[in-house]
Amino acid sequence: MKTNSPSVALFIPCYVDQFYPQVGIATLELLEKLGCQVTYPSGQTCCGQPLANAGYARDTVGTARHFIETFNDYDYVVCPSGSCTLHVKEHFPTIAGLEKEQEALEHKIYELIEFITDVLKIEKLEGKFPHRVGFHSSCHGQRGLHLSSGSELNQPPYNKARKLLENLAGLEWVELSRTDECCGFGGTFAVTEEALSIQMGKDRLADHLEHKTEILTGGDMSCIMHLQGIATRSKQELKFLHLAEILNQALS
Amino acid sequence: MTHPENAAEFLKDSQKSKWHDETLWFVRDKRDKVSKGIPEWEQLRELASGIKDNVLANLANYLEEFERNTTKNGIIVHWAADSEEHNRLVLEILQQQNCTAVVKSKSILTEECHLNPYLEKHGVEVVDTDLGERIVQFLNQPPSHIVLPAIHLKKGEISELFHEKLHTEKGNEDPAYLTQAARVHLREKFFAAKVAITGVNFGIAETGEFVVCTNEGNADMGVHLAQVHIACMGIEKILPRRKDLGVFLRLLARSATGQPITNYNSHFRSPSTGKEIHIILVDNGRTAQLAREKFRNSLKCIRCGACMNTCPIYRRSGGFSYNSTVPGPIGSILSPGLDLKKHSSLPFASTLCGSCTDVCPVKINIHEQLYEWRQEVTKTQGEFAKGLSMKLANGIFKSPLAYKISGSLMRNAVKSLPNSLIYHPLNTWGKNRNLPDPPKESFQQWYRKNRS
Repeated sequence: MKTNSPSVALFIPCYVDQFYPQVGIATLELLEKLGCQVTYPSGQTCCGQPLANAGYARDTVGTARHFIETFNDYDYVVCPSGSCTLHVKEHFPTIAGLEKEQEALEHKIYELIEFITDVLKIEKLEGKFPHRVGFHSSCHGQRGLHLSSGSELNQPPYNKARKLLENLAGLEWVELSRTDECCGFGGTFAVTEEALSIQMGKDRLADHLEHKTEILTGGDMSCIMHLQGIATRSKQELKFLHLAEILNQALS
Repeated sequence: MTHPENAAEFLKDSQKSKWHDETLWFVRDKRDKVSKGIPEWEQLRELASGIKDNVLANLANYLEEFERNTTKNGIIVHWAADSEEHNRLVLEILQQQNCTAVVKSKSILTEECHLNPYLEKHGVEVVDTDLGERIVQFLNQPPSHIVLPAIHLKKGEISELFHEKLHTEKGNEDPAYLTQAARVHLREKFFAAKVAITGVNFGIAETGEFVVCTNEGNADMGVHLAQVHIACMGIEKILPRRKDLGVFLRLLARSATGQPITNYNSHFRSPSTGKEIHIILVDNGRTAQLAREKFRNSLKCIRCGACMNTCPIYRRSGGFSYNSTVPGPIGSILSPGLDLKKHSSLPFASTLCGSCTDVCPVKINIHEQLYEWRQEVTKTQGEFAKGLSMKLANGIFKSPLAYKISGSLMRNAVKSLPNSLIYHPLNTWGKNRNLPDPPKESFQQWYRKNRS
């Protein structure tokens, strides 16, 4: 480990902590392999997004204050979720007395992939992953954090995750019919608009199955949890991995 | 009925809802392709957005300039504070002309004001002349889409309807045949109407002219045959200068249907000799929306419908599921301003995916406004139980200890409860989805053992 490397604090979203510890572990190991000095600040909880998106942003002041205090002492905060990262950057209520710290946080928090490509400036990862991989673009990662170009916009195409994945030996990238349609998770939407949520998830899965995806991956476990939940219920032969898991496996 | 209930109903006919999704996706895809043919597309959106921001910031001045110039051109200007006043004004003009049959083209505003039932109640026959509008009018339905009003119907259904109403051959679904039948039927109505009503796409303050964009040419047909033209215009439809049209006409049809331009872009400036043009400038909640800082720029909307075509919710739930004149994402940020209680489920009919914002030709931050309306809805319409559970969650997330205890309770509950309980019908998550297999320890626990 480099002694002069910046201090990176891991922010592991609450549902990843509780349900997908392997994604947290892969994120940590991957960053360590890339030479970062990584700490997981104890006492971290949740960013408060579920409350805010349900219309209760005003009740997230305590959660946001705790978050800012927990991550204040680090150079960078890195999170394996585009959605939670976007929430911290754009939807935190203003916390009185911590305005400076809050502004600093908004500029030093990164989603895992953009941290690798934009901060560590890594263009290529050497490794192998001989599988057909279908990429699910999370809306908050794509349209919120601009991790890839959107099909709606007239802009040169790019995809930060694809750049890293495509260099892995043996990896086949699956081209989908609808490259960036929402999976229908949407937080409380998954429950309040259950019928639509399920239909949207089924439609995304059908696109992957039709194009022979073997492993469905993405940068947000919330989308994957929803898609995997539908796929396992309907006994579909699809595997699901977070991007961190693929990169970490490929590099070992 | 709430949006989720309507959506679930729409999805029951899975073949039709799939067809609806694919049809509208086709339109969005066409829009993508044609917009990518314009290298300066994003710059045009930026420009359009800026022009509209300027209009909204100086609306009163532009409206007065527009009134001065239209009046100078010989157009008679009326002001309507709300839909009742708008409808009354239309009726008064019709009564002055002893007119009992009107033709109408291209006006979502008159839908918003519920003009048709009002006029019918007062003995006036109203004929919507645009094909899709006429179809839904035959069925006594409102439009399900602001640009494609009958998009919820398949051609078999239209064939059936025309057989009943226009006596076309039973079972003949040929679009050309059906359109021709409608054409013959509408031709009679055009000849009989003394007054023609149209909407307005753009009113130009500088020149006092207004522009109506159509594909079928019915606005022109109606207006040129009638003695009197009544144009109904929302007060936000102003553009400062004629040259601004160059920006908006390039964006409108491309965004709406993927066409380079609408077939007819008709400029109306002054009445022909012996004829009259009336313009009714309608507020109906617009100044109230203008006063709401977070929601003001929803008034930039040029009614292209692109946000509907792209919305994964709209495509799978249909326009009627929104139960408001303007459905889809833009409707879900406009309608709560008119009646928050009635439309309280609309801001939640979204995953906040943001696609609407990125297709919008005038760059309205639609998904951010949906988020903001949610905050408003819960202040006044929030269900008690939901509020309580969310407050409880804040209590948990601001305290690391409480979070740890509730987290392990949650994981253990999932582990130890029988499937019959987890997938109980009341557990909405589990109705059609499995839960993840609970791991034996959380990441926190793993980290403590392995790294510290």
